[in-house]
Amino acid sequence: MAQSLSRAARAVSAALALAPGSAPAAGPAAAKVYTVTIRDMAFGPLPKTLKVGDAIEWVNADLFRHSATARDNSFDVELNPRGRARTALKKAGQISFYCRFHPGMTGRLSVAK
Amino acid sequence: MFKALVIAVAVAAGAPVVAQANDAQIAHVAYTAGKIDIAAGKEALARSHNKAVRTFAEEMVRDHTSVNDQALALVKKLHVTPADNPTSQALSKDASARMKTYAGLKGKAFDRAYASNEVAYHKTVNSALEKTLIPGAQNPELKKLLQTGLKLFTEHQHHAEQLVQELK
Repeated sequence: MAQSLSRAARAVSAALALAPGSAPAAGPAAAKVYTVTIRDMAFGPLPKTLKVGDAIEWVNADLFRHSATARDNSFDVELNPRGRARTALKKAGQISFYCRFHPGMTGRLSVAK
Repeated sequence: MFKALVIAVAVAAGAPVVAQANDAQIAHVAYTAGKIDIAAGKEALARSHNKAVRTFAEEMVRDHTSVNDQALALVKKLHVTPADNPTSQALSKDASARMKTYAGLKGKAFDRAYASNEVAYHKTVNSALEKTLIPGAQNPELKKLLQTGLKLFTEHQHHAEQLVQELK
């Protein structure tokens, strides 16, 4: 389990490392997966160049259960301590989100078409 | 209801007690504060049928257990034995008095008492963390854990305040 997770993490890191500049010049840009880490009761730095079709890999580095919950209900995942989960971005716009368990933890994603 | 801690902390703030409050005592206060709220949460889960109250109580039990587990792991790693002290004793004394008041309450009366006690309790503990425990902690890892605890418990305080509003 842990091994397959770390393999998955490596695969994601590799994909991220390769992604810039490796997208074909023509046609739609390849969907990307961005990691957002929750640590010390806060959502970490958020990606600035999101597009519809990209995904967020939420990583909970805290030892408390958190959630990543969109106010428009477009995503809602629970994250166990040291857990991770992925949500796809299906529509463009500003998406405010928060932790259902600790509503003072908030953030906003800007998703382009 | 929370006078004892306030006095203990106030005494500590101006008297030699605070200068002597070492990491072993600070860890004991933090752990005791968590343990008390876990017990209160379990009491609420045993007595309340209100969904919002139960969700809150589950969060208290889960989060405070997690912090206390981390605190225990840390003191073990640092070879520190948490030391009982007047502030921990005052907290425990208040908590047992509070538990006794719950015995006579049912339904919404219990829910309201629990919610408003949780607001007051988190305010007291957060104030102690901010003014006494965090500044007093010497070990950086203990200080960090207390700071994370303060962020978490501030969230709890806000959640409890929301709960009080919902139960009006």
